[in-house]
Amino acid sequence: MTDADGKSRAIARALGPVGPEVSCETCFELLDRYVELEVEGADADAALPGLRAHLEGCPACHEEHESLLALVSSERP
Amino acid sequence: MSATAPIVSRMESAARPPVAIDEERPASLDEESAAWLRDLRGQGPARDGAVERLHALLLRAARFETGRRRASHPHLRGDLDDIAQEAADDALLAVLARLDDYRGLSRFTTWAYKFALYQASVKVRRRSWQGREIPVEDEAWNVLASAETPPEDEAEQSELLRAIRDGIASALTPHQRTVLVALALNDVPIDVLAERLQTTRGALYKTLHDARRSLRRELAAAGYAVGEGRKEVS
Repeated sequence: MTDADGKSRAIARALGPVGPEVSCETCFELLDRYVELEVEGADADAALPGLRAHLEGCPACHEEHESLLALVSSERP
Repeated sequence: MSATAPIVSRMESAARPPVAIDEERPASLDEESAAWLRDLRGQGPARDGAVERLHALLLRAARFETGRRRASHPHLRGDLDDIAQEAADDALLAVLARLDDYRGLSRFTTWAYKFALYQASVKVRRRSWQGREIPVEDEAWNVLASAETPPEDEAEQSELLRAIRDGIASALTPHQRTVLVALALNDVPIDVLAERLQTTRGALYKTLHDARRSLRRELAAAGYAVGEGRKEVS
Protein backbone atom coordinates (compact mmCIF):
# COMPACT_ATOMS: atom_id res chain seq x y z
CA MET A 1 0.00 0.00 0.00
CA THR A 2 1.39 3.41 -0.93
CA ASP A 3 1.29 6.42 1.39
CA ALA A 4 -1.47 7.87 -0.76
CA ASP A 5 -3.49 4.64 -0.46
CA GLY A 6 -2.99 4.63 3.28
CA LYS A 7 -4.14 8.22 3.58
CA SER A 8 -7.12 7.65 1.34
CA ARG A 9 -8.16 4.62 3.38
CA ALA A 10 -7.74 6.49 6.65
CA ILE A 11 -9.90 9.35 5.39
CA ALA A 12 -12.60 6.96 4.17
CA ARG A 13 -12.65 5.03 7.43
CA ALA A 14 -12.74 8.17 9.55
CA LEU A 15 -15.51 9.90 7.64
CA GLY A 16 -17.54 6.82 6.68
CA PRO A 17 -20.10 6.49 3.91
CA VAL A 18 -22.14 9.46 2.80
CA GLY A 19 -25.92 9.06 2.70
CA PRO A 20 -28.49 7.01 4.54
CA GLU A 21 -27.41 3.63 5.83
CA VAL A 22 -29.07 0.85 7.74
CA SER A 23 -27.89 -0.31 11.16
CA CYS A 24 -25.88 -3.50 11.81
CA GLU A 25 -29.05 -5.23 13.04
CA THR A 26 -31.01 -4.34 9.91
CA CYS A 27 -28.06 -5.31 7.75
CA PHE A 28 -28.09 -8.78 9.30
CA GLU A 29 -31.85 -9.09 8.80
CA LEU A 30 -31.63 -8.19 5.11
CA LEU A 31 -28.32 -9.75 4.15
CA ASP A 32 -29.67 -13.07 2.83
CA ARG A 33 -32.22 -11.29 0.62
CA TYR A 34 -29.59 -8.83 -0.62
CA VAL A 35 -27.15 -11.61 -1.55
CA GLU A 36 -29.79 -13.62 -3.39
CA LEU A 37 -30.75 -10.56 -5.43
CA GLU A 38 -27.07 -10.05 -6.27
CA VAL A 39 -26.64 -13.68 -7.30
CA GLU A 40 -29.77 -13.44 -9.46
CA GLY A 41 -28.35 -10.35 -11.18
CA ALA A 42 -31.15 -8.14 -9.82
CA ASP A 43 -30.66 -4.58 -8.58
CA ALA A 44 -30.10 -5.34 -4.90
CA ASP A 45 -29.23 -1.72 -4.07
CA ALA A 46 -32.51 -0.43 -5.50
CA ALA A 47 -34.50 -3.08 -3.65
CA LEU A 48 -32.74 -2.63 -0.32
CA PRO A 49 -31.47 0.96 -0.13
CA GLY A 50 -29.03 1.85 2.60
CA LEU A 51 -27.48 -1.57 2.83
CA ARG A 52 -24.60 -0.95 0.44
CA ALA A 53 -23.64 2.23 2.31
CA HIS A 54 -23.58 0.26 5.55
CA LEU A 55 -21.35 -2.40 4.02
CA GLU A 56 -18.94 0.36 3.00
CA GLY A 57 -18.89 1.75 6.52
CA CYS A 58 -18.81 -1.42 8.63
CA PRO A 59 -15.84 -3.75 8.01
CA ALA A 60 -17.39 -6.63 9.99
CA CYS A 61 -20.70 -6.62 8.10
CA HIS A 62 -18.70 -6.16 4.90
CA GLU A 63 -16.71 -9.35 5.57
CA GLU A 64 -19.84 -11.31 6.35
CA HIS A 65 -21.48 -10.09 3.17
CA GLU A 66 -18.45 -11.13 1.13
CA SER A 67 -18.53 -14.58 2.72
CA LEU A 68 -22.25 -15.15 2.21
CA LEU A 69 -22.02 -13.98 -1.38
CA ALA A 70 -19.07 -16.31 -2.03
CA LEU A 71 -20.78 -19.27 -0.36
CA VAL A 72 -24.10 -18.87 -2.14
CA SER A 73 -22.41 -18.16 -5.48
CA SER A 74 -20.36 -21.34 -5.13
CA GLU A 75 -23.57 -23.37 -4.96
CA ARG A 76 -25.36 -21.80 -7.92
CA PRO A 77 -24.55 -22.83 -11.47
CA MET B 1 -41.06 -5.65 11.65
CA SER B 2 -43.80 -6.45 9.18
CA ALA B 3 -43.04 -7.68 5.69
CA THR B 4 -44.28 -4.47 4.13
CA ALA B 5 -43.20 -1.81 6.64
CA PRO B 6 -40.54 0.62 5.48
CA ILE B 7 -37.27 0.12 7.27
CA VAL B 8 -35.80 3.30 8.63
CA SER B 9 -32.34 3.23 10.03
CA ARG B 10 -32.38 4.33 13.62
CA MET B 11 -29.14 6.10 12.87
CA GLU B 12 -30.60 8.17 10.08
CA SER B 13 -34.24 8.62 11.00
CA ALA B 14 -33.75 11.96 12.73
CA ALA B 15 -31.70 13.53 10.00
CA ARG B 16 -32.77 12.03 6.73
CA PRO B 17 -35.89 10.93 4.89
CA PRO B 18 -36.98 7.36 5.61
CA VAL B 19 -35.26 4.63 3.64
CA ALA B 20 -38.01 2.62 1.99
CA ILE B 21 -37.20 -1.03 1.48
CA ASP B 22 -38.84 -3.07 -1.22
CA GLU B 23 -39.64 -6.23 0.66
CA GLU B 24 -42.21 -7.90 -1.51
CA ARG B 25 -42.82 -11.38 -0.17
CA PRO B 26 -42.48 -14.16 -2.70
CA ALA B 27 -45.82 -15.78 -3.58
CA SER B 28 -44.70 -19.06 -2.03
CA LEU B 29 -41.68 -20.74 -0.56
CA ASP B 30 -39.57 -22.88 -2.82
CA GLU B 31 -40.07 -26.58 -2.24
CA GLU B 32 -36.78 -27.16 -0.43
CA SER B 33 -37.27 -24.23 1.97
CA ALA B 34 -40.82 -25.33 2.74
CA ALA B 35 -39.54 -28.84 3.54
CA TRP B 36 -36.92 -27.44 5.93
CA LEU B 37 -39.59 -25.46 7.78
CA ARG B 38 -42.04 -28.36 7.87
CA ASP B 39 -39.45 -30.80 9.23
CA LEU B 40 -37.93 -28.40 11.77
CA ARG B 41 -41.38 -27.50 13.10
CA GLY B 42 -42.38 -31.15 13.27
CA GLN B 43 -41.77 -33.74 15.91
CA GLY B 44 -40.05 -37.07 16.32
CA PRO B 45 -37.53 -38.63 13.93
CA ALA B 46 -38.33 -36.25 11.07
CA ARG B 47 -37.41 -33.25 13.25
CA ASP B 48 -34.35 -34.97 14.72
CA GLY B 49 -33.12 -35.75 11.22
CA ALA B 50 -33.73 -32.17 10.07
CA VAL B 51 -31.85 -30.76 13.06
CA GLU B 52 -28.93 -33.07 12.29
CA ARG B 53 -28.91 -32.01 8.62
CA LEU B 54 -29.16 -28.36 9.66
CA HIS B 55 -26.16 -28.71 11.95
CA ALA B 56 -24.17 -30.28 9.12
CA LEU B 57 -25.18 -27.42 6.82
CA LEU B 58 -24.17 -24.81 9.40
CA LEU B 59 -20.87 -26.58 10.08
CA ARG B 60 -20.08 -26.48 6.37
CA ALA B 61 -20.80 -22.75 6.29
CA ALA B 62 -18.71 -22.15 9.43
CA ARG B 63 -15.79 -24.08 7.92
CA PHE B 64 -16.19 -22.06 4.73
CA GLU B 65 -15.71 -18.91 6.82
CA THR B 66 -12.78 -20.19 8.88
CA GLY B 67 -11.19 -21.42 5.65
CA ARG B 68 -11.39 -17.91 4.20
CA ARG B 69 -9.66 -16.51 7.29
CA ARG B 70 -6.91 -19.17 7.42
CA ALA B 71 -4.37 -17.19 5.41
CA SER B 72 -4.85 -13.94 7.32
CA HIS B 73 -4.78 -15.64 10.74
CA PRO B 74 -1.95 -18.18 10.53
CA HIS B 75 -1.54 -18.17 14.33
CA LEU B 76 -5.08 -19.59 14.67
CA ARG B 77 -4.54 -22.51 12.31
CA GLY B 78 -4.83 -25.14 15.06
CA ASP B 79 -7.96 -23.52 16.49
CA LEU B 80 -10.00 -23.02 13.37
CA ASP B 81 -11.84 -26.32 13.37
CA ASP B 82 -12.80 -25.88 17.03
CA ILE B 83 -14.03 -22.40 16.17
CA ALA B 84 -16.10 -23.79 13.30
CA GLN B 85 -17.65 -26.44 15.54
CA GLU B 86 -18.53 -23.89 18.23
CA ALA B 87 -19.91 -21.53 15.59
CA ALA B 88 -22.11 -24.29 14.13
CA ASP B 89 -23.42 -25.21 17.58
CA ASP B 90 -24.27 -21.59 18.42
CA ALA B 91 -25.75 -20.95 14.98
CA LEU B 92 -27.98 -24.02 15.32
CA LEU B 93 -29.43 -22.65 18.55
CA ALA B 94 -29.93 -19.22 16.95
CA VAL B 95 -31.63 -20.61 13.85
CA LEU B 96 -33.98 -22.81 15.86
CA ALA B 97 -34.81 -19.95 18.23
CA ARG B 98 -35.54 -17.59 15.34
CA LEU B 99 -37.34 -19.96 12.99
CA ASP B 100 -40.46 -17.79 13.09
CA ASP B 101 -38.41 -14.82 11.86
CA TYR B 102 -37.75 -16.57 8.53
CA ARG B 103 -40.08 -14.88 6.09
CA GLY B 104 -39.17 -16.66 2.90
CA LEU B 105 -37.41 -13.66 1.35
CA SER B 106 -34.48 -15.91 0.46
CA ARG B 107 -33.88 -19.64 0.34
CA PHE B 108 -33.93 -21.16 3.80
CA THR B 109 -30.35 -22.33 3.43
CA THR B 110 -29.15 -18.80 2.58
CA TRP B 111 -30.98 -17.45 5.62
CA ALA B 112 -29.45 -20.14 7.85
CA TYR B 113 -25.93 -19.69 6.42
CA LYS B 114 -25.72 -16.10 7.62
CA PHE B 115 -26.02 -17.24 11.24
CA ALA B 116 -23.10 -19.64 10.86
CA LEU B 117 -20.95 -17.10 9.00
CA TYR B 118 -21.69 -14.47 11.64
CA GLN B 119 -20.83 -16.79 14.53
CA ALA B 120 -17.65 -18.01 12.87
CA SER B 121 -16.40 -14.57 11.87
CA VAL B 122 -17.05 -13.09 15.32
CA LYS B 123 -15.25 -15.99 17.00
CA VAL B 124 -12.26 -15.71 14.67
CA ARG B 125 -11.97 -11.97 15.36
CA ARG B 126 -12.22 -12.43 19.11
CA ARG B 127 -9.83 -15.40 19.24
CA SER B 128 -7.35 -13.48 17.13
CA TRP B 129 -7.32 -10.60 19.63
CA GLN B 130 -7.33 -12.75 22.75
CA GLY B 131 -4.77 -11.38 25.24
CA ARG B 132 -4.00 -8.33 23.12
CA GLU B 133 -4.36 -4.78 24.37
CA ILE B 134 -6.72 -2.51 22.48
CA PRO B 135 -4.65 0.36 21.05
CA VAL B 136 -6.28 3.65 21.97
CA GLU B 137 -3.54 6.07 20.96
CA ASP B 138 -4.05 8.25 17.95
CA GLU B 139 -0.36 8.54 17.14
CA ALA B 140 -0.99 7.03 13.73
CA TRP B 141 -2.96 10.14 12.77
CA ASN B 142 0.11 12.23 13.45
CA VAL B 143 2.17 9.99 11.18
CA LEU B 144 -0.43 10.05 8.42
CA ALA B 145 -0.99 13.78 8.76
CA SER B 146 2.73 14.48 9.11
CA ALA B 147 3.72 18.09 8.64
CA GLU B 148 6.58 17.01 6.41
CA THR B 149 6.11 18.27 2.92
CA PRO B 150 4.14 15.58 1.07
CA PRO B 151 4.28 14.97 -2.67
CA GLU B 152 2.13 17.49 -4.48
CA ASP B 153 -0.63 14.97 -5.25
CA GLU B 154 -0.92 14.06 -1.57
CA ALA B 155 -1.04 17.62 -0.24
CA GLU B 156 -4.84 17.77 -0.27
CA GLN B 157 -5.09 14.42 1.51
CA SER B 158 -2.59 15.46 4.15
CA GLU B 159 -4.43 18.69 4.81
CA LEU B 160 -7.72 16.82 5.20
CA LEU B 161 -6.07 14.29 7.53
CA ARG B 162 -4.76 17.09 9.72
CA ALA B 163 -8.26 18.58 9.85
CA ILE B 164 -9.67 15.15 10.76
CA ARG B 165 -7.08 14.74 13.51
CA ASP B 166 -7.98 18.17 14.91
CA GLY B 167 -11.70 17.44 14.57
CA ILE B 168 -11.34 14.18 16.48
CA ALA B 169 -9.73 16.13 19.31
CA SER B 170 -12.23 18.99 19.37
CA ALA B 171 -15.61 17.76 18.10
CA LEU B 172 -16.04 14.29 19.60
CA THR B 173 -16.97 13.08 23.07
CA PRO B 174 -14.32 10.97 24.84
CA HIS B 175 -16.34 7.80 24.12
CA GLN B 176 -16.78 8.70 20.44
CA ARG B 177 -13.04 9.41 20.24
CA THR B 178 -12.16 6.04 21.77
CA VAL B 179 -14.48 4.18 19.42
CA LEU B 180 -13.49 6.03 16.25
CA VAL B 181 -9.76 5.82 16.92
CA ALA B 182 -9.94 2.10 17.73
CA LEU B 183 -12.19 1.08 14.83
CA ALA B 184 -11.29 3.51 12.08
CA LEU B 185 -7.62 4.15 12.78
CA ASN B 186 -6.24 1.17 14.66
CA ASP B 187 -8.29 -1.51 12.86
CA VAL B 188 -9.64 -3.08 16.04
CA PRO B 189 -12.49 -5.42 14.97
CA ILE B 190 -15.84 -4.06 16.15
CA ASP B 191 -16.78 -7.36 17.84
CA VAL B 192 -13.55 -7.29 19.85
CA LEU B 193 -14.13 -3.73 21.02
CA ALA B 194 -17.78 -4.56 21.80
CA GLU B 195 -16.68 -7.47 23.98
CA ARG B 196 -14.10 -5.36 25.85
CA LEU B 197 -16.57 -2.52 26.41
CA GLN B 198 -19.37 -4.96 27.26
CA THR B 199 -21.67 -3.67 24.57
CA THR B 200 -22.92 -4.82 21.16
CA ARG B 201 -21.75 -4.39 17.59
CA GLY B 202 -24.90 -2.39 16.82
CA ALA B 203 -24.44 0.00 19.73
CA LEU B 204 -20.79 0.60 18.85
CA TYR B 205 -21.57 1.17 15.19
CA LYS B 206 -24.19 3.74 16.21
CA THR B 207 -21.47 5.55 18.21
CA LEU B 208 -19.10 5.35 15.23
CA HIS B 209 -21.82 6.65 12.93
CA ASP B 210 -22.58 9.60 15.21
CA ALA B 211 -18.86 10.36 15.57
CA ARG B 212 -18.40 10.35 11.80
CA ARG B 213 -21.37 12.66 11.37
CA SER B 214 -20.02 15.11 13.98
CA LEU B 215 -16.64 14.99 12.30
CA ARG B 216 -18.10 15.68 8.85
CA ARG B 217 -20.10 18.61 10.24
CA GLU B 218 -16.99 20.04 11.89
CA LEU B 219 -15.03 19.74 8.66
CA ALA B 220 -17.85 21.19 6.58
CA ALA B 221 -18.05 24.17 8.94
CA ALA B 222 -14.31 24.67 8.41
CA GLY B 223 -14.87 24.77 4.65
CA TYR B 224 -13.96 21.23 3.65
CA ALA B 225 -16.09 19.58 0.98
CA VAL B 226 -17.31 16.60 2.95
CA GLY B 227 -20.78 15.14 3.36
CA GLU B 228 -23.23 14.87 0.51
CA GLY B 229 -21.11 16.79 -1.94
CA ARG B 230 -17.82 15.40 -0.72
CA LYS B 231 -15.05 15.47 -3.25
CA GLU B 232 -13.44 12.11 -3.82
CA VAL B 233 -9.88 12.19 -2.60
CA SER B 234 -7.85 9.78 -4.67
